[in-house]
Amino acid sequence: MPYDTSYTDQSFSRVGQRVNRPDGLEKVTGRAKYGADMNAAGQLVGKILRSPHAHALIKKIDTSKAEKLPGVKAVVTADDFPDHSGGDRGMLDILENCMARGRALYDGHAVAAVAAVDETTARKALKLIKVQYKKLPHVTDVDEAMKPSAPVVQDWIRTRGVDPAPTSGSNVHQRSEFGHGDLDAGFAEADVIVEKSYKTEQTHQGYIEPHACLATLGPDGVGDLWVTTQGHFTFRNVCANLLGLDVAKLKVTSSEIGGGFGGKTHVWMEPVALQLSRKANRPVKLVMSREEVFKATGPTSSTSMDIKIGATKDGRITAASAELRYQCGAFPGIWGMLGAMTAWACYDLKNVKAVGFDVLCNRPKVAAYRAPSAPMAAFGVESTIDLLAAELGMDALELRIKNAAKEGTRASYGPVYGPIGIGPTLDAVKNHPHMKKRLGKNQGRGVACGFWFNFGGQTCTDLNVSVDGTVNLTVGTVDVGGSKASLALIAAEELGIPYEQVRVQVGDTASLGHNDTTEGSRGTFSSGMATIFAARNAITVLRERAAMMLDVPVDQVVWEDGAARATGKKNSNLPQLTLKEIAGKSPTTGGPIAGHNEVVADGAGVSFASHICDVEVDPETGATKILRYTVVQDAGKAIHPDYVEGQFQGGAAQGIGWALNEEYIYGKDGKLQNPGFLDYRIPVCSDLPFIDTEILEILTQTTHTVCVALAKPPSCRLWQPSVMRFQTQWVSE
Amino acid sequence: MSGVTVTTTVNGDPVQYVCTADESLLDVLRNRLNMTGSKEGCGTGDCGACSITMDGRLVCSCLVLGAEAEGRSIETVEGLSEGGELQPLQEKFIEHAAFQCGICSPGFLVAAKALLDRNANQVEEEYRYALAGNLCRCPGYDKILRAVQDAAKVMRRKKKK
Repeated sequence: MPYDTSYTDQSFSRVGQRVNRPDGLEKVTGRAKYGADMNAAGQLVGKILRSPHAHALIKKIDTSKAEKLPGVKAVVTADDFPDHSGGDRGMLDILENCMARGRALYDGHAVAAVAAVDETTARKALKLIKVQYKKLPHVTDVDEAMKPSAPVVQDWIRTRGVDPAPTSGSNVHQRSEFGHGDLDAGFAEADVIVEKSYKTEQTHQGYIEPHACLATLGPDGVGDLWVTTQGHFTFRNVCANLLGLDVAKLKVTSSEIGGGFGGKTHVWMEPVALQLSRKANRPVKLVMSREEVFKATGPTSSTSMDIKIGATKDGRITAASAELRYQCGAFPGIWGMLGAMTAWACYDLKNVKAVGFDVLCNRPKVAAYRAPSAPMAAFGVESTIDLLAAELGMDALELRIKNAAKEGTRASYGPVYGPIGIGPTLDAVKNHPHMKKRLGKNQGRGVACGFWFNFGGQTCTDLNVSVDGTVNLTVGTVDVGGSKASLALIAAEELGIPYEQVRVQVGDTASLGHNDTTEGSRGTFSSGMATIFAARNAITVLRERAAMMLDVPVDQVVWEDGAARATGKKNSNLPQLTLKEIAGKSPTTGGPIAGHNEVVADGAGVSFASHICDVEVDPETGATKILRYTVVQDAGKAIHPDYVEGQFQGGAAQGIGWALNEEYIYGKDGKLQNPGFLDYRIPVCSDLPFIDTEILEILTQTTHTVCVALAKPPSCRLWQPSVMRFQTQWVSE
Repeated sequence: MSGVTVTTTVNGDPVQYVCTADESLLDVLRNRLNMTGSKEGCGTGDCGACSITMDGRLVCSCLVLGAEAEGRSIETVEGLSEGGELQPLQEKFIEHAAFQCGICSPGFLVAAKALLDRNANQVEEEYRYALAGNLCRCPGYDKILRAVQDAAKVMRRKKKK
């Protein structure tokens, strides 16, 4: 059944249908090729030696014994990579994270790597590498790291965003402030003020597929990289830059990706694999263990927050402030800034301020994780909203509805909102049957809201019409969770052909122009937009060919329902020409028919979600059971509702894991104590109930200008506050 | 290291290979037999992505040595469908959108088949506990459970016939 499109003025015949995904068969038969599933003739096995210390000077690395071991073909350390000192600091950071230069900055930081003929030899070789360390004081807690007495992780850091600029080093990379109005006046107007501090621990995206790649790089500087990534074009650009290669000479192919959630947006080891390959002049396959994934690839930030809200007796918020301290690992990040931007985005506030700090610690470099930084800030804000409601003796949902941002609200991070979904999601929550379910003893209900910006970015797409009228769509965004189905639906909708006649593939970096990384919920949005334009360009060609075949001027030919038709009375006896008929004649009417598009996909709307969660807590053990869970989210147009729901459900499950089980545990020695799925427990099937979803489709400007199915991507949202809220309450009681 | 010669059956076919004494059956399947359908998510038996059955019993192939397969009967995800016909679980996984990235699907399918072969008439909670050894990070298990329940219906009907 076509999906209800009540928010747009368009009706769709394909978009919105729950079709079977085009790559379903290969994924249920085990044929789909992921990062570790590719092999090359003569390939070597790569392995990385990692620091056992949280912070240490690397005094000397002796690789001579490893190099002499029969079967070892290459050993690399930082000395084998180009020295980017004095160049682009960002690039230098990326390289130093992939291979420590002079100092190991966290437990698990790479210090050397080998390539050998087999796994056993590679392991032996790692044991033969002798590293002399001098241990240095370390810091893994964000609040400790901000103290003046803290060990400094990177001595070149000078805090940005403070006036006057500091002259000495610290762990605070930057201070970011957002907001407007007069905070003091706002709090002075308040009848009630609630203030509370929170801390959240670091969690990992926990994708089931570890990082893996197969790298081939010759002494001529020409290379191929097969890799599990969210952004093969970005990986290409970064690797080429780091290794001094010509960008076009490195071809990167994205494998099927076994989960990313933001964690596969950065290179972590790929430059190492390429350099090993260059040194050995043979292909090198490098696959991380789960322990390496936990220790050395980007988790999200641990945080510390102070939230303060003031309101009048009738529940109108008069002022709100937040100080958010985000740990960003051993390298600078933007996570505190994003936390500060998102913290108050759900509310209509006259006087508001959010200050974010990005703080370095001796932990792995932080990466994006599903609406990066927003969930932690939302946890603090939403928990405090609940406290405020209790203080006011007001229903917490009513308090949220009363203060929700709306069209025309000046967002706390700057812009003025157009039509937005926070109000509708809260109304939907209020009216949801879930809210009427009775709660029993030791049971509680939480509601929480959240926000993400969404993003479009650089995109390039190719659409080729085959001679039999079937269509190949080549996109440059990675399919992280069903976007091939969505993009085939969009192409079919535009061209007016059946969904089954479109085959979608993800092109490698040599087959398309640059595509930004699939992050910020941009995949379906941006490639969808480029697909629409590419299809329209193809339609222009189809109309030209039809005009030629019908012998009429092209301006008299229109495209309707998958066919060209000549308009006007005198053409009324001319036949319609279907896409298939025009394609069949293409060899004699001018050759192949194709549409191409490159675009910076602007106009992505912001999205909001409200979640409801019921939990039961065992008062003796604290064991928490999730009884019911409902996600209401504004998703723009749901191109393929199944995969939108799946995103909602998956985000909720990750949030539940974050709230109940998941956390990085660092010992006093600065070492990660639980780098495995046994001790870092992500939710399993028996931990969760069915997760109910409600998709709202809120119109934005984009839907008018592109006039097709895109407003906001079927975005992922991660919401732990609703769960955490009740837990916190229970713990504090 | 000296090799171990192993004669076994994989998805009904006779197979012979030489592996090292410390090599996991998962590595043998993936690297020696070129059957990359079984995945390594952890290598410690915690994620279930490498699930196979050995003489009908569900195991994590990362925790079994290649040498232990001698004389056994191994079933992997590659053996689920017969000819052009998908196993009902495979069909239902596609129909219910029970995967996004799909990396956990091979393990889930093998585990769910072992479960339904044993008993395709259980309540939701039993399925949930039986499949708790398979980790999925994308769709939060909701659609997987629906697909398994729906496939169980089909398998019950098939049994009756």
